[in-house]
Amino acid sequence: MRRRAASTLGDKVEINMTPMIDVVFQLMSFFMCTLKVVAPEGDFDVRMPLATAAAAVPDDQQVPPIRVRLAANPDGQLAGITMNGAPIADFAELRRKVVGLVGDARGPNSLAERTEVEFDCDYGLRYFNVVQAITAVSGTVEDGRIVELVRKIKFTPPKRGAPRG
Amino acid sequence: MARRPTTAGPPTTDIDMTPMIDMTFQLITFFMFVMNFSEAEQDERIRLPLSQLAKPSDRIVEKPLTLQLTSAGSVIYAGELVAVRDIGGYLEREKTVMRDAGREPAGATVIIRADGRSKTGEVQEIIRICQEKGFERFALRAQYDEG
Repeated sequence: MRRRAASTLGDKVEINMTPMIDVVFQLMSFFMCTLKVVAPEGDFDVRMPLATAAAAVPDDQQVPPIRVRLAANPDGQLAGITMNGAPIADFAELRRKVVGLVGDARGPNSLAERTEVEFDCDYGLRYFNVVQAITAVSGTVEDGRIVELVRKIKFTPPKRGAPRG
Repeated sequence: MARRPTTAGPPTTDIDMTPMIDMTFQLITFFMFVMNFSEAEQDERIRLPLSQLAKPSDRIVEKPLTLQLTSAGSVIYAGELVAVRDIGGYLEREKTVMRDAGREPAGATVIIRADGRSKTGEVQEIIRICQEKGFERFALRAQYDEG
């Protein structure tokens, strides 16, 4: 029987790294080029079916909506806030007034759950003011946690110079 | 004069590639993790209003319809600029596609990404036109303000 040739186990095997490094750098370039820094975003849910006669029928559980009016000056800046006709100084006061109306109770069938806020805004008002107002009535952040307030939000129909669709 | 000893070929220098490969793989891993695979329709022309309550939600909105309103009052719909008054036709098309897929517009969510400097009346106009086409769920998008 022939003996096998001397083993080459101890020899160093040279691996050609070039293709791997090519691929790895291509992958890295791809990920670097497609990287898109995305700012965290969230939504305010608004449910607004088209007003119908059936929707206008009042029910026993319905609470009259809180009407918040946001007036704008000709530049589109916020000129005044009123809640149910009473003037409000700023959004912090708006939040306090809403808390005063709906109370601290939360959860199903609570007053906060059933209450609706209707925003009546001037056509030219800059939209960020409306988001600030929605933030004020929707909740507050306490110790990093969101404490919800009123969730039902709606708008009055647009007015003044509105383009028809 | 002493001659230099002859060499068999050019001298080779062995570079230790291990640290470079380690670092490269770590970079690839980092970019893979931070890469956003979600199909979030975001446009750099829109500067969303800030809100502390606009935290990203885990709730997944099934096939939403996204309408983006620029500060100049145009709607970015499917990548093209459309006047607010003209979106009705596009929404009608969306409605037809939805109905063909067995869905009703009343159950679909319209995400409105409006620029903070845009006019509120134009946002309301978009909502009104959507309502006329049968949409009733809206999500007003804002950028999370960490304060």
